[in-house]
Amino acid sequence: MEIYPDIGGFYGRFGGAYIPELLWANVEELREKYDSILSCSSYREELEGLLRDFVGRPTPLYFAAALSRESGAKIYLKREDLCHTGSHKLNNVTGQALLAVRMGKKQIIAETGAGQHGVATATVCALLKLPCTVFMGSRDMERQMPNVTRMRMLGARVIEVESGSRTLKDATNEAIRHWINNPAESYYLIGSTIGPHPYPDIVTRLQSVISRETITQLEKAEGRKEPDHVLACVGGGSNAAGSFYHFTGNGKTILTGAEAAGEGTDSGKTAATICTGSEGIIHGSRTLLMQTGDGQVRETHSLSAGLDYPGIGPLHARLNEKGLARYIPVKDHEAVEAAFRLTKLEGIIPALESAHAIALLKKISFNPGSIIVICLSGRGDKDMETFEKYFEKQT
Amino acid sequence: MKKNSIKKVYNPLTALLEKKRSRLLSVFFTAGFPELESTGQIIEALEGNGIDFAEVGMPYSDPLADGPVIQQASMKAIGNGMGLKKLFSQLEDAREKFTIPLVLMGYLNPVFQYGVEKFCKDARSAGISGVILPDMPLEQYERNYRQLFEENNLHFIFLITPTTPADRIKKIDSLTTAFIYAVSSSSITGVRKEEKGGGNFFERLKQMKLNNIYIAGFGIHNSGTLEKAWANSAGAITGSAFINKLNGYNDPDIAVKALLNDLYNR
Ligand SMILES: Cc1ncc(COP(=O)(O)O)c(C=O)c1O
Repeated sequence: MEIYPDIGGFYGRFGGAYIPELLWANVEELREKYDSILSCSSYREELEGLLRDFVGRPTPLYFAAALSRESGAKIYLKREDLCHTGSHKLNNVTGQALLAVRMGKKQIIAETGAGQHGVATATVCALLKLPCTVFMGSRDMERQMPNVTRMRMLGARVIEVESGSRTLKDATNEAIRHWINNPAESYYLIGSTIGPHPYPDIVTRLQSVISRETITQLEKAEGRKEPDHVLACVGGGSNAAGSFYHFTGNGKTILTGAEAAGEGTDSGKTAATICTGSEGIIHGSRTLLMQTGDGQVRETHSLSAGLDYPGIGPLHARLNEKGLARYIPVKDHEAVEAAFRLTKLEGIIPALESAHAIALLKKISFNPGSIIVICLSGRGDKDMETFEKYFEKQT
Repeated sequence: MKKNSIKKVYNPLTALLEKKRSRLLSVFFTAGFPELESTGQIIEALEGNGIDFAEVGMPYSDPLADGPVIQQASMKAIGNGMGLKKLFSQLEDAREKFTIPLVLMGYLNPVFQYGVEKFCKDARSAGISGVILPDMPLEQYERNYRQLFEENNLHFIFLITPTTPADRIKKIDSLTTAFIYAVSSSSITGVRKEEKGGGNFFERLKQMKLNNIYIAGFGIHNSGTLEKAWANSAGAITGSAFINKLNGYNDPDIAVKALLNDLYNR
């Protein structure tokens, strides 16, 4: 099945582990151990317990009546925004932190863009008493300040990254460099379905809880297991991978990812990787990325820090190539408008990232009465400053 | 056409290593830094000051194995307009004037975009002796690219570190045609840290009785680190320390002399 990589970590020709030798032993140790740990019953029990009692799972599959009326479809929101810490990121972090403990690791390294992954990591590290270092671009620190405060309150060391575009890409570089410098005791806890094999597989499997729950919940609500559509935003691709997972290749469900178009795919200020990128290597993975003709990684732009990444998980590059999922660019202002619309209609303020998925409702065609599941990956508390600026401009 | 064996066609690095197998000194620089057109001057300065061979860094925007010094030099070089096409034309010119063996070092993505085959051909016609691509997976090299590099008379140089297991080192030794690049500590470039088990690493290597020589790199910046590298291996590669000198002096010849003053404690 396309959702699993082959033995070398490849989804078709995408994926793999293109890493400097300095990282090889770290990654190899993880590759050797992850599958047996993730499949082990005591690990799964412990994870399920934490997902239930600490993360707050299952998250509701909420029927959005007003949005449905307005759109002419039956719209369900998978409420990942109701997870502890406010996004789906905690599903992955909880699973990987338990994996790290079982591998005997003593400290955690993470990168963060919007700060959601950083907050989730700092949270689980506080719970498990693991020292935690989070790398964050200085530009993202400015635009997501509340999350910086949260991480610090949780006891994490937040390291400001000044290199390159000072966003998620550079935070990831610095986290990997830190891992090279501190190999034996450190676990690098990556926040999305990116990076060298086995990370994309680990994160995909840990996020697959989203579609697993959706099946049961949808069956209860609608008497069927497969929605007609699943919509999710795509940064590195973890919430999308998790919400697509059990529906991939079922021949019934249309899977659509929302990419961040920024100011538009022709504007030069975009993060729409699948739409405007080309094949290459980024952060150890062969995938699609935004790059110059010389193979230098381009700076991206998105109003939403969590989608401001020049690559895409190799699984999505593969699903796109095989036509098993499609990816549509959504502009900054379309996402902000969708956020305001959802807030007004349903009383739910979405994260700017998740708002990209909501905005797809105006971009895709569907039959009247179709059942549409949208992954509401996070809540919008962290984006108040951005929303406020937009609000001021409008009034 | 008969498949070339890398040992039969003249290769400057092969020739060097046939003559000299200890106390080798190699210097890394980032092409396009400090100025776009510095490449020729730097090669001239390295050759003029008796450096055994040079590593020409192909700048990349996201060098995962490099510390701030090489990162910044790379960004500056890219900003100056350096790219593989430009670099090869500079190296073609340099080839007519200098004989110092040149090895290209960089990351895979720019090489992929250029086309690996075209890269190998152009490297050959620019007189390049070998290539270091730290993020090239061993298995991929063996399966997909080895023949291409060998046909073009290019040594492929692998890195090993204190964390590389013995069976992998043996495998790398079996694929090596010139030397193995032994990174003496688990760190990115330019980090001056003493590995706890660093001495052990070279002790282990010695006992493995490898077919190829290995040359130590990363963190070499003064006579202490140089002597240690020479005692432990066939040579030393210094990079960030030279970029630092270029930052300070701008003139490549003065920068090389300043570096050598540090390395030889003069
Ligand atoms: C709420 C939210 N949704 C989505 C994303 C994008 O990440 P991914 O594509 O891995 O789900 C982020 C990343 O920070 C996020 O915070």
